[in-house]
Amino acid sequence: MAGTPLIVLIAAPAVAVAGSLAGRGARLAEALNLAASIVAFIAAVGLVAVAATGAPRTWWADYILLDVTGAWVILCAAVVYLLASIYAVGYMRLLGEEERLPRFYALFAAFALTVFVGPLMNNAGLYWIAIELTTLVSTFLVAFERDAGSMEAAWKYIIVVSAGISVALLGTVILYWGGSLVLGPTYDLTWATLRGAAPKINPGILTLAFLLVLVGYGTKVGLAPMHTWLPDAHSESPAPVSAMLSGALLNTALLGIVRFLSIVDASETGALPRDAFIGLGLFSVLVGALFIVRQRGIKRLMAYSSVEHMGIMALGFGFGGPLGVAGALYHMLNHSLNKSLMFFGAGNAMRSYGTKRIGGIGDVMGRFPTQGGLWLAGAAAITGAPPFGLFLSELAILRAGFHGQYDWVVYAMAILLIVIFIGFLNHFRIMYYEGTDGGEYPTTVVSSLWCVAPMWLALLPLLIFGVWWPQGFTSYFALVSQALSGVQP
Amino acid sequence: MVIAHLDPLAASLFSLMTIVSLLLAFVMLGSRWLDNYLYAFAGESWVIAGLSASVGYYAGYPELYLIAILTALFRGLLLPYLLWRIIKRLEVSRELHEILRPSTALVVGALAVVFSLVVAYRIGGELGLAGTVAVLALTVMLSMKLIGFLMLTVRHEAISQILGLLVLENGIFLGAQILVPGMPLLIELVILFDLLIVVACFGVLVQYLMSQIGSTSSFELRRLVG
Repeated sequence: MAGTPLIVLIAAPAVAVAGSLAGRGARLAEALNLAASIVAFIAAVGLVAVAATGAPRTWWADYILLDVTGAWVILCAAVVYLLASIYAVGYMRLLGEEERLPRFYALFAAFALTVFVGPLMNNAGLYWIAIELTTLVSTFLVAFERDAGSMEAAWKYIIVVSAGISVALLGTVILYWGGSLVLGPTYDLTWATLRGAAPKINPGILTLAFLLVLVGYGTKVGLAPMHTWLPDAHSESPAPVSAMLSGALLNTALLGIVRFLSIVDASETGALPRDAFIGLGLFSVLVGALFIVRQRGIKRLMAYSSVEHMGIMALGFGFGGPLGVAGALYHMLNHSLNKSLMFFGAGNAMRSYGTKRIGGIGDVMGRFPTQGGLWLAGAAAITGAPPFGLFLSELAILRAGFHGQYDWVVYAMAILLIVIFIGFLNHFRIMYYEGTDGGEYPTTVVSSLWCVAPMWLALLPLLIFGVWWPQGFTSYFALVSQALSGVQP
Repeated sequence: MVIAHLDPLAASLFSLMTIVSLLLAFVMLGSRWLDNYLYAFAGESWVIAGLSASVGYYAGYPELYLIAILTALFRGLLLPYLLWRIIKRLEVSRELHEILRPSTALVVGALAVVFSLVVAYRIGGELGLAGTVAVLALTVMLSMKLIGFLMLTVRHEAISQILGLLVLENGIFLGAQILVPGMPLLIELVILFDLLIVVACFGVLVQYLMSQIGSTSSFELRRLVG
């Protein structure tokens, strides 16, 4: 049964939500959520395996779609959900909010559920709704700590993102209108139908629709200049939630842009849509670089790094071709692993030093040798240093850009990556080598095994993917690239 | 496309209703009292419900009657009621800080309409639809979008921001009724329900804002920068 992993994937978090709400015990909710994340991860691996074996499958009158692209995004989300659930067990106990934990885990599992559902939607309208639901659920996770900072972040998050994705809805309606001039007044808004109709849709309408969708979902992806909600929400939410936002949610929204890009590609609209996508990607890397260099908050540093990496993925998909798509997908997985590691490290440091300021953290290596080492390795990895996975994926994306007229974009990207490397690691130099003479940085040792184990689990695959690009991935990425460019397997 | 050959009465009825809802958006833009926003929004929703019903009648989409009833119930009654409850709980009845005075905001709004008109004419001309109600619908859809964004940027009360978002949605919904009356029922229904959840979430958040920051003006939200 090809549908079994799909049902399991959806059912596991749903059971966790129901159980956490009904059981009302903090330990029970923890255990349920952790079990759900393990089951969901296994199911996601199964989904990728099923998707790789053949043509896209649909269920429920074409409303549910399992294709290679969506399955990969789900896998990335499931990886982060698993790591974040392990980490949450240790981290959330530190907050001293025992009686609110069941609600937290219910929301957390519901958030994972909405993130899994988005890529499975075969209908542009339903996909939009799934993205809207991810916002609503995660707003309350951002607001979980209930202090002034997290309330502010939650408010900005819901207002900016809701306004942003309403632009995507406008784009979807306009695309539907354009399609209705070709296909008749009523038809199913599936990706395949739109793609098939695209060559006959008026190019003006198609371009307008794509630009609106790009701005709309781009807000959710965190592409600059619509990224303004992202640093606030990522820095003010509890660390496991930050990891989910960055490693799982952003990819799900990026998938929407990629699917619309694939529709536009099937028509004769010229280079404008692709150029706009690449432009926003490059601008995101630029904004990320500028804010990383001058950053003072540790979690905001990670958040701007997410803006940068979403920009890099946008560049990969924008450059396109088999290499660009492969690089972007590989980058997605590596970024999900790496950003989880970084947020876990930041969460540990924040709790140990009692501050979010980079200036308030010092002598990390001397005081926390194990997790300090893991975090530092992660920092090297996230800036694209070998031998970690992001080095390979960034290199693939850079190479993909050299095919066409985008040479100067590649040069600009390479320079910005170097700036980010220096700026990012300089903050780590300060945190690791200031205050080695002892004193002045009061710390409490808080890390439990729950807080350190997921860092290992994130770093080891990252290292493996850095030295060995599995052959299976290559053929899988080729399938995705074919699917996006409309070649039937 | 159905709307290309409508009888003149239907076309003028549709035009009238779209224009009225655009005017109501301007009422919201030009006022500083929260009550007025609410009435204008409710009125706009009723007009849109009427529009759904008449599109259903003239273009032959019986399922639009259902949409009309639900629009009137949800957008015309339930949402305003929920918002009214939120307003009553707060001790604010008007905008206190203004970036743009209402008169200036009206002028900017008018410019937004001119811009939308230009875009809509261009697209309409390209599709050979110039002079039909489709161009008008596209104009109103885009201008309500821009007016909604204008309200979001120049207003600071939480309620005004929620209403700004709802104006964005109303604009899309209105345009969709005329441009794509055949849009699958399921999607329209889900979007309606979705709106209800959105407003419920906002209600909870406003309460949190009140208890944590002591104000619902976004002027107080300036802690997180950089």
